[in-house]
Amino acid sequence: MGLTYQSTGKLANREAFDVPVSANEPVIALAGNPNTGKSTVFNALTGLRQHTGNWPGKTVLQTKGIFIHEGQQYTLVDLPGTYSLLANSVDEQVARDFICFAKPDATIVVVDATCLERNLNLALQVMEITEQVVLCVNLIDEARRRKLNIDTGALTRALGIPVVATAARSKEGLPQLLESTAKVVWKKIKPRPNLVQYIPEVEAAVSLLEPKVKALLGNDINPRWISLRLLDGDITLIKALEKFYGQQKVKSVREVFA
Amino acid sequence: MYGSTTLNSAPVGSFVLVKEVNAEGLTRRRLLDLGLVPGTRVEVIRRSPVGDPIAFNIRGAVIALRQEESSKVTVIDS
Repeated sequence: MGLTYQSTGKLANREAFDVPVSANEPVIALAGNPNTGKSTVFNALTGLRQHTGNWPGKTVLQTKGIFIHEGQQYTLVDLPGTYSLLANSVDEQVARDFICFAKPDATIVVVDATCLERNLNLALQVMEITEQVVLCVNLIDEARRRKLNIDTGALTRALGIPVVATAARSKEGLPQLLESTAKVVWKKIKPRPNLVQYIPEVEAAVSLLEPKVKALLGNDINPRWISLRLLDGDITLIKALEKFYGQQKVKSVREVFA
Repeated sequence: MYGSTTLNSAPVGSFVLVKEVNAEGLTRRRLLDLGLVPGTRVEVIRRSPVGDPIAFNIRGAVIALRQEESSKVTVIDS
């Protein structure tokens, strides 16, 4: 099938996150802002009764469950709710490290349909790390009640990734969400995320850094994204790279940066 | 219409527009991620009993910020 892992490092890293490492057992991550109903989506898909509640840090530890879709078993990981993946807090670091290093076969970004503008920031950040993204526009029932009409077709075109509207509480849209996610996992749909283009100065710096990062780490982790974080001076990412790739390689990354 | 002030000194119940985020590094990134980009309309919802933190409605989410963060955001009357 489409899941050929050229790099052994990719799967080895999954072990550290306690999720299946075999290509036949796809891993799917659930990311999203706080209060978008991520845990409700998680429970609806896995049939688990993980506690849902409204307070910060509810899902600090990643929770995982399994579901079966068309005879295939998938592992679903519920990441902490965050506004960003830039590792300002432990929650954000957990979410970022999982997407970046465990490299899920697909990441579902759950967004609040009544509050799209605020939520799409995270979606864009996830899209910068991985192409394997599905957007789940949740709370669509609430949006309808507020007379908000979400044009999922326009969102798909603008973002370049599959978009599914759901109301997880009533299970509306969940079959379509599973369908799109499975297609992304098995490469039957190849999302082409429209990435943010930065100001010319930043893009120029990225184009200098990117080939060097690529030479060191390969395409294992998106070199453009790593370059952007290096330009940010993101120390937490360098530390995480050291943890997953060994100090020697990262020393070279640091040298490239210097 | 008065001139610019910082987010922490805007009165409860008022609406302001973000003019500038005067922070660097992680704090800047965090404020931007929360939606405090120039031009954003923010409502000052309430102040905690000791005056810090203050709750704001930022792009549809209520978010409480401490003085050390909210004082870095320059705003104008909306």
